[in-house]
Amino acid sequence: MSAREAIFARLKANRPAGDYPLPAVPDFAPLVGDDLVAEFTERLARMGGRVERAGSPADPFAPVRSRLAGAAVIASAVPEYSGNRDLRAAQRPQDMADVDVAIVRARFGVAETGSVLFTESDLIVNSVAYLAQHLIVLLDPADLLANIQAAYKRPEFGQSAYAVLHTGPSATADIEGVLIHGAQGVRSLTVLLLRRTAPGPI
Amino acid sequence: MSEELNPREGVIHPEVRAPSDESERGPDGRRLQHAEAASKPIRADAPREPQPRGAKIKGNRPIDQGEAAERFLAAPLHQKAHDERLWDVRKKRDAAAHGIPEWEELREIASQIKAHTLTHLDDYLAQFEAAAKANGVHVHWAEDGAAHNRIVLDILQKHGAKSLVKSKSMLTEECGFRHFMAAHDIDIIETDLGERIQQLDEEEPSHVVMPAVHKTRLDVADVFARTLGTDPDNDDAHYLAESQRETTRPLILKADAGLTGCNFAIAETGTVVTCTNEGNADLSGNVPPLQIHSIGIEKIIPKVEHLGVFIRLLSRSALGSPITQYTSHFRAPRAGTEMHMVLVDNGRSERLGMEEFWTSLKCIRCGACMNTCPVYRRSGGLSYGATYSGPIGLIIDPTFNKRKYSTLPFSSTMNGSCTNVCPVKINIHEQIFAWRKVLAEEHQIPLLKQGMMKAAGAVLSRPAAYRAAISTADSALRALPRFAVYNPANTWGKKREMPHAPRQSFHAWYRQNRMNKDGQS
Repeated sequence: MSAREAIFARLKANRPAGDYPLPAVPDFAPLVGDDLVAEFTERLARMGGRVERAGSPADPFAPVRSRLAGAAVIASAVPEYSGNRDLRAAQRPQDMADVDVAIVRARFGVAETGSVLFTESDLIVNSVAYLAQHLIVLLDPADLLANIQAAYKRPEFGQSAYAVLHTGPSATADIEGVLIHGAQGVRSLTVLLLRRTAPGPI
Repeated sequence: MSEELNPREGVIHPEVRAPSDESERGPDGRRLQHAEAASKPIRADAPREPQPRGAKIKGNRPIDQGEAAERFLAAPLHQKAHDERLWDVRKKRDAAAHGIPEWEELREIASQIKAHTLTHLDDYLAQFEAAAKANGVHVHWAEDGAAHNRIVLDILQKHGAKSLVKSKSMLTEECGFRHFMAAHDIDIIETDLGERIQQLDEEEPSHVVMPAVHKTRLDVADVFARTLGTDPDNDDAHYLAESQRETTRPLILKADAGLTGCNFAIAETGTVVTCTNEGNADLSGNVPPLQIHSIGIEKIIPKVEHLGVFIRLLSRSALGSPITQYTSHFRAPRAGTEMHMVLVDNGRSERLGMEEFWTSLKCIRCGACMNTCPVYRRSGGLSYGATYSGPIGLIIDPTFNKRKYSTLPFSSTMNGSCTNVCPVKINIHEQIFAWRKVLAEEHQIPLLKQGMMKAAGAVLSRPAAYRAAISTADSALRALPRFAVYNPANTWGKKREMPHAPRQSFHAWYRQNRMNKDGQS
């Protein structure tokens, strides 16, 4: 008997008696008010992230100018900014190791938690979102959802090879509860509220 | 230039905070409290105090948790910092839970989803397997920990892989994964800071969420000085964490394979979900050319939409944070790479058949029961000498080895707090009590504790009366005879007041509250 068959046989034999139906999950009222941008901004700040409104149409990246100016290697996955590291030309995930700032666009944001979602097609190279020192995230305010429950109704989770919610930067407090940003991944996460110029990916 | 001018230079990234910045702060200047952050500084006092070590393991002989607890108590600086830190996390959990009006409803729904899935586990596992295969994932089945280790070794050998980076996984702890791989010349690198500290110190994790919570920064400074070559006199948490980052990153970049555990496995999509604060599961899954996920078969939930329940409960219960920094959904391999999923039983299918204990399989490993437990907080996770410590450990560990863990169900005040905070409503303290009975009937209990069982008399041997008692008292301490709490066998009961000492004798209380007018119970 294979391991699979043995496990399944035991599960069948040991199934607990009784009827345990799958409960329906009601739609809970969002914990956030109607101003999703304000809620998202406040909640992401509590998770160690930062939200900036885009600058003028001529210079939307003005609020993150100093971060970009201090970076030697910038990898951009968005058409709105040209970095100096071509993600599409990357051969290996490890090639992202020297990236100072990565710029990516979020599929959507979640106001209740301050989260943003990326899939493999948003990141182009998944590892850049973790190996970069800093992450700048473009988010269209129209892409904000109220809560996590709404997020999990989105199709990305059933369609993407990889989907990830980021809520602030990499963090640890494993030593005496002292909170430190940049545990293994990015040291900072800044969301720049900037409308999509082209329709979002389906 | 003298080194004293800037000892951090060259070692530390320029953006790492100075030692004077105790913790990260938000834009309003207030202390941030996400991830495992403490709400206030909890620094163990200098001078250095040797770290108390865990229970002495003597083969299959019963663990003497009390003996290890005595040594933890004899290290007051550690004991105090540990107790305060975990109580702080417990209070953060309460605040987070109270922030959600539907909290109790969420717990109930989560508990029902788990009950449903566990009672249809073969169906959902088959669905998960079919979905994963359709996604291009290689699916493996392991009956026990040894089989899991052999399967992973086989995958690694087929790829010529000699090093593996991994995120924290209690399942791989169960399997003795690191020890096995060391014997086969595979280099295993833990990437969670707490777990890395434990690996470098050759110690097991003491907590399911905060593996090194029993260590002070001074202990970590010692470990890192010994293993990473850091300055032994520099106990700044920022310096220590950054040193670990800088020494681990090259290992991540050159690793041949990556492995993660699994918080939730979605049957309908074949997805593995991990929740981390460091992003280390994402590094493990996205950087090396070979990707492996180890999954306990009880981690299955039916649908993606159910994450909308469990994700809201998990981090709030664990740390009082609304969500972990990273919630990662691995469904299919990256282009040009292989993705393997190993589904592990290791006693779970047997536990499913244990009428009184199968619901312990609902556990989502949040650690809330540990943080709230007065015994755990004052004795440390390593005193249990088992993979799982604290209240959940008391009811899971005996399913792995009845003799070795026969004494653990006695390491409880039976105050019921574990049950009250459990996000999937496992009746933990009732199962602790049920285990005492089982172990007594099977003569697994040492003589001293057998005596205690007899003396405890009617209430302890009659679940109905016991449950009635604790359903009205907010603490079972008021329902238990004093000697059952302060018995010399209960080492953790020494040297401190229990949270709710009995205000009257049990019998008086019982007569007053539980007997009818005829004097019958």
